[in-house]
Amino acid sequence: MTTSPTTALAPDLLGALGRIVGPGWVRHRPAELATYAADGLPTHRSLPGLVVLPGSREEVAAVLRLLAERRVPFVPRGAGTGLSGGALAGSDAVLLTLTRLNRILRIDPANRRAVVEPGVINAHLSQAAARFGLQYVPDPSSQTACTIGGNVAENAGGPHCLKYGVTTNHVTALDVILPDGSTAMLGSPQGEPWGPDLVGLFLGSEGMFGVAVEITVRLEPIPHEVRTLLADFTELRAASSAVSAIIASGIVPAALEMMDQSCLEAVEASIYATGARTDAAAILLVELDGGPEAVAAEAAIVEPLLRANGARSVTVATAEPERARLWQGRKKAFGALGRLAPDLAVQDAVVPRSALPDLLDHIASVRDRLGLRISNVFHAGDGNLHPCISFDRRDPRQAAAVETASREIMEACLAAGGSITGEHGVGSDKREYMPRAFQPAALDMMCEVRRVFDPDARANPGKVFPDHVCREWRGGERL
Amino acid sequence: MKAEAATGLATAFGSALLDGGVAAPHSVEELASVCAFATGQGWRWRISGGGTWDGADTPADLELSTRRLKGVLSIAPADLMATVDGGVTIAELGAALLPHRLWLPVDPPGGGARSIGSVVATATAGPLRHGYGPVRDQLLGCTVVIPDGRMVETGGRVVKNVAGFDLPKLHSGGFGAFGIIARLHLRLRALPERDITLLADGDRRQLLAAAQSARDSGIGLCALELLSPAAAGTGGWWLAARLAGTSAGVEGEGSRLRTTTGLAWATLSGDHARNFWQTPGAAAQSGSTTFRLGCLTSGIESTLQLLGTTAGAGATFVGMGTGQVRWSGEINPSQLAGLRRELAAREVPLTIERAPWPVRRAEGHFGGLRTGVGPILGRLRALFDPHGSIVVALEGDHG
Repeated sequence: MTTSPTTALAPDLLGALGRIVGPGWVRHRPAELATYAADGLPTHRSLPGLVVLPGSREEVAAVLRLLAERRVPFVPRGAGTGLSGGALAGSDAVLLTLTRLNRILRIDPANRRAVVEPGVINAHLSQAAARFGLQYVPDPSSQTACTIGGNVAENAGGPHCLKYGVTTNHVTALDVILPDGSTAMLGSPQGEPWGPDLVGLFLGSEGMFGVAVEITVRLEPIPHEVRTLLADFTELRAASSAVSAIIASGIVPAALEMMDQSCLEAVEASIYATGARTDAAAILLVELDGGPEAVAAEAAIVEPLLRANGARSVTVATAEPERARLWQGRKKAFGALGRLAPDLAVQDAVVPRSALPDLLDHIASVRDRLGLRISNVFHAGDGNLHPCISFDRRDPRQAAAVETASREIMEACLAAGGSITGEHGVGSDKREYMPRAFQPAALDMMCEVRRVFDPDARANPGKVFPDHVCREWRGGERL
Repeated sequence: MKAEAATGLATAFGSALLDGGVAAPHSVEELASVCAFATGQGWRWRISGGGTWDGADTPADLELSTRRLKGVLSIAPADLMATVDGGVTIAELGAALLPHRLWLPVDPPGGGARSIGSVVATATAGPLRHGYGPVRDQLLGCTVVIPDGRMVETGGRVVKNVAGFDLPKLHSGGFGAFGIIARLHLRLRALPERDITLLADGDRRQLLAAAQSARDSGIGLCALELLSPAAAGTGGWWLAARLAGTSAGVEGEGSRLRTTTGLAWATLSGDHARNFWQTPGAAAQSGSTTFRLGCLTSGIESTLQLLGTTAGAGATFVGMGTGQVRWSGEINPSQLAGLRRELAAREVPLTIERAPWPVRRAEGHFGGLRTGVGPILGRLRALFDPHGSIVVALEGDHG
């Protein structure tokens, strides 16, 4: 765990930033800075040198030009809901908070596009588009709080990305302020780029290429019919087998989510209880959408597959209230898990779907050996695991066990041919795993591509790559 | 291939490297060695795959081909994933996947003889883009050989992955400017239970309106393509819709399509449907130049009018759900430049997919770039190919 208690920035920077954004939009007092010392990852904390909240893209550009002139590092931040410590700034850096840029600039229903500022909250966009029968599909669990700009930086996913793709599949154009304060217009309204796919390259760059100040996204029609099936299983491996059987059938559900018994117990003991049986080893939520005939036909295949693979019961809902009830446990799972202990480390990794049963067994063995409570709630359809570790970070023994468990789970996922992150990003949490995930040539090339956008490596320093791989900015000089 | 290069390569790697005047390495490792050697010699090269699409007239010291990189290295039915070498053709991959009841939903212009490396490098998606997304969406990861001989493997083998920067996106549609796509990890789909094509002919405006109503109705289609007479190989305009999925789902969506559009649709399935789609696939290279446009659906009709007046006769293909318009015909550099200017004013990019070298050299695959993109592109080129070993015209010299 890291904490940087004092600012290392020049004293007159406060006034200079205040002249750009207004003095009320620069935070410098310790109590104010403490608000920004962490994101959704409980194991990492760091006090920024200053926090600045620009109110327009022009102010963003002016702030970045000023920081470039003074060679000051900066860290872009949205709502701070990220789970990889990606939006933490040290005392030598300015935290650039983008929540004031929160306008939906336009919705074009005929072309199914919306143009938004980075601080727009994810769920607000779908709410605004609903009157046109449209929705913004990527739906991370934090969608009522997280921002579209943060989603772009992390290439965020969500339950419904199994069928419709993650953020990168839904962004067609970006207006970007580069770290030197200049502007680059990437992509086009339709999506075909003028040049190589720099939108695709920028997506998921974790704030290290610049700041997206205007984002054009694709909207999708709200499906004609949606059917949700909830199946409960007495064996975890049986639930995993059911996932494989559904995918192998050729059906791509809109969502295919799993919760294990530990997670079910937490939900059912909370105000989010759904009445699910807590003696189940796991439940699967399968959502099918599309035309009525297609949904009915797919349900007629999926339900027998669930039963054939050991489902004890299958509950089916089509009407919205019933569907919402089936989803409630899944949607509120992280909140329920948060009640179990002072801290919750939500991990994120991906394995080939066929490796899910073995990985879940491995997680259970890690849990038992280290004496931790690990609950699993995850996107089973795309093999995206979220082991959630309940702990108290004030207890060094528990904190160390969390680190050990996380490392062992990551190593197992890599050994299975998977990835160290499916949707949360590398941030400061997983950068030490990067050399295990990529060969040196790939890491070198990533570091160099970063310098194409940011030659000084001042944008979000200390993230994604271990220091020994990608030389970083420290104390005004590049190491 | 210039004599000096042929002699030098034969001496260094043996004459077996050469195949009809083309350097065709037998493995990714050999490809990397050849790249490093050629760069060390200061030679410039053009990249080719199956040799059926573009680039044979690109001036270079040598042609470097992936045609012998034919490995289908793994197929994982349970994970819907395959790893293949860049020289495997679309048809070869399809044949390898069929016994597993899998497919790669990519139907590029030029057809099945094209290599998967070429299709990814040029991002040449066909009508199936409507239902399955652009080519890049099928690419999970790749190994790229860069001119100094390094093999750079990025992305991964799983369907969801945000570890590190998404460099495969740079290579998909990069026209080889950032290296040779030597190996790919691909996302597959299970073969649908039913796969049919519906066809209707009529007045262009009538078909445009019908396609718009189908799109607005949210009917589940995997392709919705408007084809000009030259594209369809017929005397009139055609609207083609492809539906895939469960039998009941396909029947249901087909019924909705008929009701919504009011068109008299004919139904094709099996070989008849496959044969039908081969015609536009071939027509996409009926002229010496093929380009694609990205326009919003509300601008499709005015874009077609502009194409008719500026580009003239040609085969035209319109993805009615995606807004991707493809044109193939004869056009000179100045006509192309004028068209590009007109389209840019409408925020519609024009990407040259294939063209004689003088056209590509003058206009570039991408032409003029938007604000701030040129410097980024220049630095990326300098990073991946600092000596300019790969001959590719991204921006063009504009005459």
